[in-house]
Amino acid sequence: MTEAAAHGAHPPGFAHQFEDMQQQREAGNLGMWVFLVTEILFFGGMFTAYIVYRLLHYESFVTGSHLLEVKFGATNTYVLICSSLTMALAIRSAQTGKRKGQIIFWLILTMIFGALFLGLKFTFEWRHDYIEHIVPGFGFQYRPEWGSLGPGVQMFMCFYFFMTGMHAVHMIVGLGILTVLVIMTARNKFSPGYYAPLEISGLYWHFVDIVWIFLFALLYLIGGRY
Amino acid sequence: MSTATAGAHDGPPESGVNYLNASYGIKSWLLTTDHKRIGLLYLVSVTFMFLVGGLAAVVMRLHLVEPQGALLEPETYNKFFTMHGIIMVFFFTIPAVPATLGNFLIPIMIGARDVAFPKLNLLSWYVFIVGAIITLGAILSGGVDTGWTFYPPYSSLYSQSHVAAVAIGVFITGFSSILTGLNFIVTIHKMRAPGMTWFRMPLFIWASYATSLIAVLGTPVVAITIVLLGLERLLHVGIFDPAVGGDPLLFQHMFWFYSHPAVYIMILPPMGVVSELITAFSRKRVFGYSFVAMSSLAIAVISFVVWGHHMFVTGQSIYAGLVFSVLSFMVAIPSAIKIFNWTATLYKGSISYEAPMLYAMGFIGLFTMGGLTGLFLAALATDVHLNGTYFIVAHFHYVMVGGAVIAYLGGIHFWWPKITGRLYPERWARLAALLVFVGFNLTFFPQFLMGYMGMPRRYAVYPAEFQVLNVLSSAGASVLGVGYFIPLIYLIWSLRYGKPAGPNPWGAKGLEWTIASPPPTENFLTPPVVEEAYNYSGTGGSHD
Amino acid sequence: MGLIQSGFNCMGVAWATIPFQPPAASSIAEGIDKLYLFLTGITLFFTVLVFSIVFYFMVKYRRREEHERPAETRTYLALELTWTIVPSLICVVIFVWSASLYVQNSRPPAASMEMFVIGKQWMWHIQHPEGPREINALHVPVGVPVKLTMTSQDVIHDFYIPAFRVKKDALPGRYTSLWFQATQTGTFHFFCAQYCGTSHSEMIGWVYVMSPSDYAAWLAAGEKTDSMAQQGARLFDHLGCGSCHVAEGNGRGPSLAGVYGKPEKLQSGETRVVDEGLIRQAIMVPNSVQLPNYAPIMPTYQGQVNEEQVLQLVAYVKSLGSQERKNGK
Repeated sequence: MTEAAAHGAHPPGFAHQFEDMQQQREAGNLGMWVFLVTEILFFGGMFTAYIVYRLLHYESFVTGSHLLEVKFGATNTYVLICSSLTMALAIRSAQTGKRKGQIIFWLILTMIFGALFLGLKFTFEWRHDYIEHIVPGFGFQYRPEWGSLGPGVQMFMCFYFFMTGMHAVHMIVGLGILTVLVIMTARNKFSPGYYAPLEISGLYWHFVDIVWIFLFALLYLIGGRY
Repeated sequence: MSTATAGAHDGPPESGVNYLNASYGIKSWLLTTDHKRIGLLYLVSVTFMFLVGGLAAVVMRLHLVEPQGALLEPETYNKFFTMHGIIMVFFFTIPAVPATLGNFLIPIMIGARDVAFPKLNLLSWYVFIVGAIITLGAILSGGVDTGWTFYPPYSSLYSQSHVAAVAIGVFITGFSSILTGLNFIVTIHKMRAPGMTWFRMPLFIWASYATSLIAVLGTPVVAITIVLLGLERLLHVGIFDPAVGGDPLLFQHMFWFYSHPAVYIMILPPMGVVSELITAFSRKRVFGYSFVAMSSLAIAVISFVVWGHHMFVTGQSIYAGLVFSVLSFMVAIPSAIKIFNWTATLYKGSISYEAPMLYAMGFIGLFTMGGLTGLFLAALATDVHLNGTYFIVAHFHYVMVGGAVIAYLGGIHFWWPKITGRLYPERWARLAALLVFVGFNLTFFPQFLMGYMGMPRRYAVYPAEFQVLNVLSSAGASVLGVGYFIPLIYLIWSLRYGKPAGPNPWGAKGLEWTIASPPPTENFLTPPVVEEAYNYSGTGGSHD
Repeated sequence: MGLIQSGFNCMGVAWATIPFQPPAASSIAEGIDKLYLFLTGITLFFTVLVFSIVFYFMVKYRRREEHERPAETRTYLALELTWTIVPSLICVVIFVWSASLYVQNSRPPAASMEMFVIGKQWMWHIQHPEGPREINALHVPVGVPVKLTMTSQDVIHDFYIPAFRVKKDALPGRYTSLWFQATQTGTFHFFCAQYCGTSHSEMIGWVYVMSPSDYAAWLAAGEKTDSMAQQGARLFDHLGCGSCHVAEGNGRGPSLAGVYGKPEKLQSGETRVVDEGLIRQAIMVPNSVQLPNYAPIMPTYQGQVNEEQVLQLVAYVKSLGSQERKNGK
């Protein structure tokens, strides 16, 4: 939004190709929604492959699912839901014209939750998996109790790491976006009349949370554990 | 196309400032956010890729003159056809019309100053270039021999070539396609000028819109599929490898879920171009406008449920085969509707025969042929015989070259005066159009016969009984090559020596013809207001 | 035309040498050729129709003066519907025709002679149940339905006999099948029609269609080998399968006598008919087809037996079934 400087007469954040702020805001929102649709298809491809293999190798996938620790997954789910709340509160603060300190507070809290999620994931869960030799490609070992189901279990773990890894990449991108938002807020870019970047980034953040909920259910919960 | 009341005569004289001379220097091009300049960046890039892919085709056709292969070792031949496929599909035909003509025309045609996200638009080009460089780098450092379809387990476990690098290149380029599609969808939804209602939009816009939908919905799936393939190849974990429970057919399902719709990414925009050419050169609004517009959307939707017809001989269940066969026939109907409507548009028109119109006529005939030979492949019983043979090769080249490339050439000629402000030499252009048409048919018609005779595709050496047809095909390819080469020369020549075009050399309707050639940076000096579309018979508007 | 003609003469090629049709040597070839001919007719008809209309209009309605203004295009719904419905109907006809042919052609007759095909980079292994093996050659008797059960040892291949109009992928890790009935004696090409790597184009061979007596003579003339089932029986003993799969049914594994072709209820609750594919799966990933009432103790034989040996084991298990049924009667 560097055009803002060049178009002194326009409202802050206004880009030259639009007629007015209304059009710009609608375009930005629609753009993000279309982007999220592509993301759905992106994760949808993985989910489809996962479900196909789950049907093919049901026994193996149940065995694999039991290798995961529900307590880690559940804690992370809780952390992410909290981060969604704080993200929504950040947008709300900007919308209602609160002090910039308050917006930054909520944004930073969101980042802390996001970082906590990744921290738990990498330092506890994945490290634990590595020690247990269940990371495919990195010292994966078949266990005797799996019998001939071993390759299927490995495939489950492949999908587990691939899907949660892709999700983690999205989280890291989200943290980057939040950092930019904090800087923009600190420089007084937002006002009740213009907070589109916050709103659009919020959509993205919530989407990434929702993907996690699906991942949690598909990878940790289903499979006759309870 | 459409008539603007305001802004109809606001084009400055030829000496005025336009998007080409508004700023100079390499930086002003590489950092531009002007959709017109980005369109030209794409034009140069895809033309380069077309030359590389075309070179591969020339080598292949020369090689196949002799049954034992005239030039190459089988291994090298395999790399050449793979390179030809990957470059022509992912780096030429998919971006050709949308990224060059689409970028240049979409904002102008709907009366906008630019696309909705100009910086994203530039980013798309850079993403494309990065993908292209990685792919070309991998090809130069030894190449890849999997075919453009990357079927595992050959690609994931057995191939000794640079599969992962090329997969990364294609993956990255996919994002260029997604971002461009996203940009166009938002632009068409939100940036239309006052009065530019959905059913006043030029048909090229409808086609681009349908294409963007496919790009946005399909590309992510092939992206994830390619990542899975790369993961299996790099980490040796089983995903598609049957030895550890993987299913190589799952790859094919996921690959064709994108790659069949991708065929329509390649052909819908050219169809949009042809709609514009036919209206302009017969001075008539397209017959059955709403049917032509809606058939684009119908194709976009149905194209997502026909992928299984690529897999009739893989041992998929009979019932799946029946369903995919029915759906594949369904996708033929909207294309038929377009053909008939274009033909009917000519009725009682005022038809002139400039080169773009010759290309459009060629398109109608060749696409009819290409589409109808698709029925052989949608029909289960004949597909079993023809699948994997040269019949397939001939069929999709009739659609992709006889259709897409010819319409692209027609579009480039039609809008060349608008893009550059110069006219191309008409006689040379007609000669080239004729050569392309004749050369194309000579090259690819024999391949239908070859396929029916049973010659499998991707063969570096072949039994002697197929030689006659192969020689014919190679002979045709040389004519086609000359036909491609002539425009390359005279179009470049015209940049300097062509006659100044004026705002509207064809007497065509549409917002792009109401502004100067080349257009000013912001397209419209005063925002246009649209009152009617494709008014060729009425009194409104004038042409020079 | 004259130019093209003289072009051909220059190349020393007469029209007559341009091939238009492959030999039609199987029972289904004629039906497919008829459909092909019909489709060619449709294609030519519409291509010529569209081309001639376009040319006619282009001449008749050519621009006569620069400022001509044609009449406004009107919409004719009836016309639109006509050219939507007529092609749809043609498509329905083609679909019904082709689908019924396809369904008919997919089912091998019950009395088919069986043969086995293994594709590997870059050759075709053919195994006759009686024992003889061939590489890149397939001897079959004329007039007898032959069913090929196929698999691949490495990548995806595709077995294609143009003269018979049949083609099917040979996939690693599973069985596919195709069948044909040759109608004339002679030799015909078969090809690999799925790109499989460097020497893909050399993965070709000949089908030798012989009279039944010649075929019997060919079988007898070859090196004396055991039948596939006998080889399978030896392998069965060698691998010690019999220590669990006791024929009387009181072993740690189920008896295999008579299981072929029978439905079995698996531990997962699914019921599957025991066919070649299931037997293969039971050898490679036994836990995935676990039967209730048995402990999941069978190890995998993945990597210990090759595809040829798996086929021999399958043939052996099938032979147990047929003995059972013979004894039963």
